[in-house]
Amino acid sequence: MLPFGPIRADVVESAEFMFFYVGEHIIHYQPRLFFKHRGMETRFEGCSPNQAVVVAERVSGVGSVAHALAYCEAVERAADCEAPLRARALRVLLAELERLYNHLHYLGHLCHTTTLKVGEAQGKLLEERAKQVNARLTGSRFLRSILVPGGLRRDLTPGKWLGETLEALRVEFVAYVDRLEASESHLDRLITTGPLPQRVAFDQGATGPVERASGLDRDLRRDHPYAHYAELPMTVTTLAEGDAYARSRVRVAEIEAAFALCQRVLLLLEPGEIRVDCVAPPFSEGLGWTEGPRGSLFYAVHVGADGKLARVKIKSPSFSNWRAFPFTVHDTNMMDYAINEASFGLTTAGCDR
Amino acid sequence: MALWTLFGLASGKATTSWPAADGADGQDGLLGMPRYDPQACREGCRECADVCPTHAIEASGGGLSVDYGRCVVCQLCTEACPTGAMAPSNDWAFGVRSREDLVWAKDVRQPTVAAGTEKRAFRRSLHVRHVDAGSCNGCESELQGLNNPFYNLHRLGIFFTPSPRFADLLLVTGPVTHAMLEPLRAAHDAMPEPRWVMAVGACAVSGGIPGGNYACGTGLEGVLPVDFYLPGCPPNPAAIIDALLIFLDRAPQRVRGGRIGG
Repeated sequence: MLPFGPIRADVVESAEFMFFYVGEHIIHYQPRLFFKHRGMETRFEGCSPNQAVVVAERVSGVGSVAHALAYCEAVERAADCEAPLRARALRVLLAELERLYNHLHYLGHLCHTTTLKVGEAQGKLLEERAKQVNARLTGSRFLRSILVPGGLRRDLTPGKWLGETLEALRVEFVAYVDRLEASESHLDRLITTGPLPQRVAFDQGATGPVERASGLDRDLRRDHPYAHYAELPMTVTTLAEGDAYARSRVRVAEIEAAFALCQRVLLLLEPGEIRVDCVAPPFSEGLGWTEGPRGSLFYAVHVGADGKLARVKIKSPSFSNWRAFPFTVHDTNMMDYAINEASFGLTTAGCDR
Repeated sequence: MALWTLFGLASGKATTSWPAADGADGQDGLLGMPRYDPQACREGCRECADVCPTHAIEASGGGLSVDYGRCVVCQLCTEACPTGAMAPSNDWAFGVRSREDLVWAKDVRQPTVAAGTEKRAFRRSLHVRHVDAGSCNGCESELQGLNNPFYNLHRLGIFFTPSPRFADLLLVTGPVTHAMLEPLRAAHDAMPEPRWVMAVGACAVSGGIPGGNYACGTGLEGVLPVDFYLPGCPPNPAAIIDALLIFLDRAPQRVRGGRIGG
């Protein structure tokens, strides 16, 4: 038995993995998480609902928009208010920009595990370009400090540069994917690696690109639209194989869709209000949800007698997917483990909270 | 694999020459620590202190005390401030040797901790072991970005190493959750001397947003001897490079009394 972690060999999050193995063959695998449990749900308690959005942004650093948006919607439902149209459209823009840099990161990270060096470098470079776009648009590489219950804290004025930069990034990305698809040594490590059967994915609550790569056709943006998604054309890609290659292809499709959604939002953006008053009355409660880069995220918010937050409950996508992940590791081999884990694209912070 | 080799050669260099003078730091538009101008404060106003989620700003007696080691760069104070005494800025390069340098002070009397000579051998060859003591993953995301083609940390002679046994610097992120306390201490104990410790991010410097909760501590103070502090939430890769270069005495520390050029 090999207990691997919680401090691991690279610049990665802390988590411990128990491998029960004989030589190359992994007989059984058990992740031991929650080394990173920070008590974030408790952190919300006693806070003013409108200010606590900055706490939600820091539950999962690379899911700042997903978390903050689900939180804002929960508070808005508790307050029975709706963000204005321009704010809703810009929220879609922010959410898709977050999906972009996250998925680009995972494509690069997948190349790292298959030791495709230039592929890794290019993926990480595209991620960096996306983050620099974020900084230029919002002042934050992680799109923080913009969302608030009721709308946005300040208006964003995306200039012509944004559409042009995103299009240039998309062209580079398309060429990048073409090259990946022609790299047989890379694909060979992904095809049939870590297959997650549809039945298991459903029973274990897998979500996001992981579930869609295993044939589960669910996406909160289409099925339970929030922000401005109801008015936008949504393409949801589902595949059947459930292996690492399928998960990678789902992410590629979602990146293409994200570029299209961003351009669409920029086209239809009209001047208007970006914030309404949002006061959640005492004893109110609300549920908010988003389809983040890693999958479905839910925030349940309960407001106390004093109008401050009494309880916030978070269901993060990584919490669901970490549960499903071991089912793809039992009875596989050591060499595929890192590739499989990278293909799932999990965060530990989002799970551990 | 000719496909990727030819692509790489044809792509040319994506690495910035920063911190060389003509290089781009890649942080256009990025907001940093709010700039504090006590002259512009309104008498008796404590709007910013009331709204700060980490109590980085406290109203005490005559004025405000501002501790940038606690700042999570949420910009709430700049929005609450009616006069612009707390103004948004691009001041994200905030690496310091001493914790006191992050606290705003009008007159900085004590000298900055002097650069020693014991780091001379490590100037262009530093091996860093990173430990995640419960971060939100934002800091890790930026640390992972250091080896992307834009920043390319290796060109500066700084490398991440898998084992604390090979490491010169322990770089810690996160508020130190109770569960990570022993593994963190074990990693530090495994490092041969000379060894140093850097606290990266508001959580490691002071506990950040989660600090002091039932599940975590308030950063590295009191846990490990800290040699360098870099606040930010998260600090961007250019800020991390800036901090590492100051730590290696390859660049001067510019933050004193809680402000650049203080």
